[in-house]
Amino acid sequence: MSETVRVAHTHEPIVREVETPFRRFLSDYFENQVAVISLFVLGVIIFIALLAPFISPTNPYDLASVTILDSKLPPGGQSMAGITYWLGTDGAGRGLLSSIFYGLRISLGVGVMSSLIALCIGATVGLMAAYYGGRTDTVIMRIVDIQLSFPAILVALILLAALGKGVDKIIVALVIVQWAYYARTVRASALVERNKEYVDAARCLALGDKRILFRHLLPNCMPPLIVVVTVQTAHAISLEATLSFLGVGLPITEPSLGLLIANGFDYMLSEMYWISFFPGVALLITIVSINLVGDQLRDVLNPRLQK
Amino acid sequence: MSVFIIRRLMQSILVVWIMSLIVFVGVNIVGDPVDMLINPEADQAEIERFIRDLGLDRPLHEQYWYFVLNALKGDLGNSFIFNQPALKLIIQRIPATFELALAALLMAVTIGIPLGVYAGLNPDYRISKTIMATSILGFSLPTFWVGLMMIMVFAVMLGWLPSFGRGETEMLFGIEFSFLTRDGLAHLLLPALNLSLFKMSLVIRLTRAGTREVVHQDYIKFARAKGISQNRIIFVHLMKNIMIPVVTVLGLEFGGLIAFSVVTETVFSWPGMGKLIIDALHNLDRPVIVAYLMIIVIIFVFINLVVDVLYSILDPRVRLQELKG
Amino acid sequence: MTDTVTLSVENLETHFFTKDGVAKAVDGVSFTVDKGEIMGLVGESGSGKSVTGFSIIGLVDPPGEIVGGKILFNGEDIVGAPEKRMRKLRGNRIAMIFQDPMMTLNPVLRIDTQMIETVLAHEDVDKETARQRSRDALAQVGIPAAEERMKAYPHQFSGGMRQRVSIAIALLNKPDLIIADEPTTALDVTIQGQILYETQKLCRETGTALIWITHDLAVVAGLADKISVMYAGRVVEQGGIDDVLDHPVHPYTIGLLGSVPGHNTRGQKLHQIQGMAPSLYSLPRGCAFKARCRFADVFCDQPQEISEPVPGRAVRCCHPQVEATE
Repeated sequence: MSETVRVAHTHEPIVREVETPFRRFLSDYFENQVAVISLFVLGVIIFIALLAPFISPTNPYDLASVTILDSKLPPGGQSMAGITYWLGTDGAGRGLLSSIFYGLRISLGVGVMSSLIALCIGATVGLMAAYYGGRTDTVIMRIVDIQLSFPAILVALILLAALGKGVDKIIVALVIVQWAYYARTVRASALVERNKEYVDAARCLALGDKRILFRHLLPNCMPPLIVVVTVQTAHAISLEATLSFLGVGLPITEPSLGLLIANGFDYMLSEMYWISFFPGVALLITIVSINLVGDQLRDVLNPRLQK
Repeated sequence: MSVFIIRRLMQSILVVWIMSLIVFVGVNIVGDPVDMLINPEADQAEIERFIRDLGLDRPLHEQYWYFVLNALKGDLGNSFIFNQPALKLIIQRIPATFELALAALLMAVTIGIPLGVYAGLNPDYRISKTIMATSILGFSLPTFWVGLMMIMVFAVMLGWLPSFGRGETEMLFGIEFSFLTRDGLAHLLLPALNLSLFKMSLVIRLTRAGTREVVHQDYIKFARAKGISQNRIIFVHLMKNIMIPVVTVLGLEFGGLIAFSVVTETVFSWPGMGKLIIDALHNLDRPVIVAYLMIIVIIFVFINLVVDVLYSILDPRVRLQELKG
Repeated sequence: MTDTVTLSVENLETHFFTKDGVAKAVDGVSFTVDKGEIMGLVGESGSGKSVTGFSIIGLVDPPGEIVGGKILFNGEDIVGAPEKRMRKLRGNRIAMIFQDPMMTLNPVLRIDTQMIETVLAHEDVDKETARQRSRDALAQVGIPAAEERMKAYPHQFSGGMRQRVSIAIALLNKPDLIIADEPTTALDVTIQGQILYETQKLCRETGTALIWITHDLAVVAGLADKISVMYAGRVVEQGGIDDVLDHPVHPYTIGLLGSVPGHNTRGQKLHQIQGMAPSLYSLPRGCAFKARCRFADVFCDQPQEISEPVPGRAVRCCHPQVEATE
C-alpha cells in the first residue's frame, strides 16, 4: 500500500522500514483466510503422500494381510482380526483409508512430476520462441495453437491409444498434453520482458543467449508462471484420475485414486457408497485446495491489482 | 476474407493428415489383436488365415496406404468385435452424443450466464460470493466422480431418476432423438447436468469477469448519463460486450463437450461415441479406435474453423481488421 | 432567485469514503448558471471539478456520495432525489459530455442505435421520428451525410467526429443544462477550436446553460461568460470571465495565470507555483493553498469565508490581491 505524503518545505529524509517484495507477497497472501487454510490442507496432503508407507494403518498391497473375509465392511466396521477400518474396506478387503493414502501418493506423484517436466520443456520452448522471434516463433506457436485447440482428454486418448499402458507412458502423455500451455504462458511473459531495457543491457555486456534467457528473462516471467503451475498440476491430477477411472490410465499395479473410484463403481448400486465416495473426496480436497491456493496466488501476483 | 478461409482450410487438412499418421501408426504398434480375438485353441493355419484376412501381414506403410485410400472412399475398416463397418458404428452413435453435448451446452449457458452476470453486477452480495465459491467446486470436481455421486443420490437412494442408458426416442428429420419423450428427458437430465457442470463453472467465471470489467467502462456511465433504463443497459449495452468472448469460448468448448462425453457416457452407460471408443480401447478394436479418432479430429478442426469465421463476423472491429489486412 | 437561473449549487459537499480515509473531493462549492450562460469550471487534476459535474447529474458512484449542500435545478433540489426522477432528467433536461469519446460510445453498437435509444428513453415517439431527430442533431453539429454515417460504428469515426456525435447526443432532447467534462482535452488543437466555436453558437441559439469543465485556461477564455476557479475541492475565485482573467484576485488564480506562457514572456524563466496540492484525505481547516502562497500568514489558518472584494467577484481568501494586475 502506498502512502501519499505531501511535503511542502521539509528537507529531512524520511526513513521507513524496508518492505521487500517477498515479504509483501507473503503478507498479501496471508490476508485471505481461505487461501491460508487451503495451503495448510495442501501441506497435510503432501505430507500424507510422502509418508504413506509409514503412516498407513494397514498395507493394502501386502497380500498376506488382506483377506476377502474383510471385504465390503462399512466405515467403522471391525475386521476379523479386530482392526477398525475407519473408512471401510473395498471388494477385496483392503482398508480404504490406507488405500487412499497410497493412492494420494501415486496421484500426486504422477500429477506433479508430469507438470514439472512439462514446465521445463514448455518454458524452454516458450522462451526460445519469444527470444528468437521470426520464423522460429511462428512455427512453434502454430504447433502450440493447434494442440491447444484440442481438448486435453482427446489428446490424451490419442496418445494413449498410440502408446499403450504403463506409468511411464501415462507421464509422457500428460507431459505432452501440458507442455503447450506452459509454452504459451512463458512466451507471452517473455515477449513483454524482452522489450525491457535490462535485456538490452545484458546484450551490450555480450552475455551469451542461454545466460540471458535463463538468468535474466526467466526469473522475471515467474509470477504468472507460478500461478499456471498450480492450476495445471490440479488439471493433471484430475486428468490422470479420469483416465485411470476409464481404464486407460495407470495400470492396476499402481492404483491411483481414479482406479480406486472405478473399483467402487460396481458396488454403488448396492448402496455400498463408501468405496467410491471416500477416494473421491480425497481427490476433491486435493484439487480444490490446489485451485484455491492458485487463485490467491493469482490475485496476489497480479500487478494490475497491486494497491 | 476468402483468402483467410482457404488458408485455414489448408491448415485444417494438414492437421487431419498428421493426426491420421500418428493415430494409425501408434494404434497398430500397440498390442496384438490376434491374441485378443482368436480362440486360443486355434491352430496355426487358422491364425494365419485370420491375419491375412485382416491385412495384418503386410508392412506398416502398405497398411497405411490402403487405409488412406479406403478412408477417402468412406471405408474405415470393419470392427474386429462387431464385424461391421467402423464408420457405420460410429455414425449410428453420433446423434446420442450430440444430443448429450447440446443439452449440456444449453444448461451451461442458460444457468451459467445469468448467474455470472448477477455475480458481476453485485459482487459483494453473499449470494454472489456463494456462486463464485460453488464455481470453483464446479471445475475442481472430477466429472466422473460427480456423476457417480449423482447416480448414488438421485437414482439409488432417492429413486427419482434412472441411473443408466438412454430413454425412449422419437424420430425427427429421420434421426432418433430422446429429448422428445418424457422418458428420454428423464434419462437425459443427469448425464447432461453432469457434463455441463465443468463448463457451467467456466461460463459463470467468464461472464462475471466480463461483467465486472464492462460495468466500469465509460460507455456504461455515459449510457446512464443519457437516462437509459437499467434493464436496457444490462441486456443491450452490457450483454453485447461480454457476449463476444463468451461465444468464442463456448464455440470451442462445444468440441470439448463432445470429447469429454467419453467420461459421462461411461459413467451413465449412455450409448454414444464416447462409450464406443472406451470399449474399443479396452478390446484393442483397432479399426474403431482409428475411425473414432479420425472422425473426432475432423469434427474438431471443423468446429475451430467455423468459430474463427463466426468470430470475425461477430466482432465488427475484427472484421475491419481483416478487410484492411 | 428569478426563473432565469437554470442551476444553483449551494455549498455542495461530496466525499469519498475509502479504507484510506475520507477524501473530501468537493468541499463547499457554490455557483449559479443562468439560462443560456456558459460557465467555465477551471482547476487542476484532483481539484474536484469533475466530481462536481458528476454530483450535479447524480452519477457519483460509491464509495462517493453527496453529503451536504443543495443542487437547485430549475428550482428543484435534486440532491437525494430518487433514481427514477434522476433518470428522467438525465439525457433529457440535463445532459453530459465526457472527455474521451472513444470510451464513451459503446464500441459494439451502431451510432444510430445509441442516438435513437436516447430519444426513445424519454419520449414516446416512434422509431422513425427518433431517427429523424438524430439525423437533424448530427447535421446541427456539422456531420455531413448523416444518414449514411449513422449506420457506422464508433471506431470508424475520427476523434473529432466522435466528440461531435457526443455533443449531438447531448442536444437530442433539448436539455436546459449541459455539463461538458473536458470534452476537447483528447482532441487536437484545430478540432478543439472548431468544437468550441460551434458549441458556443449552439448554446446561444438554444438558450442552453453550459458548464465547461477544464484545466485549460485558454479554452475558457474565448468561450465562457463567467468562471469559477477550483482548488482542493473548493471554489477559490469566481466572476465574469474578462474580469477574472485580466484582474485575478486570489493568489492561486494569479499563479495559474502567471504560469501560462505567453509571447510577451518569451525568454523568461517559466513560472511555477511552488509545492503540491494537498491530499484530499487531509485538507486543512484553513486555506488549502496556504502552504504554497507567498502572501500567507497566521490568518490563513482560519476557515476562509467568501468575500466580495471587488463588485461581481467572489473570493475565498483573507488576502485578496486587489491591486495586483496581470
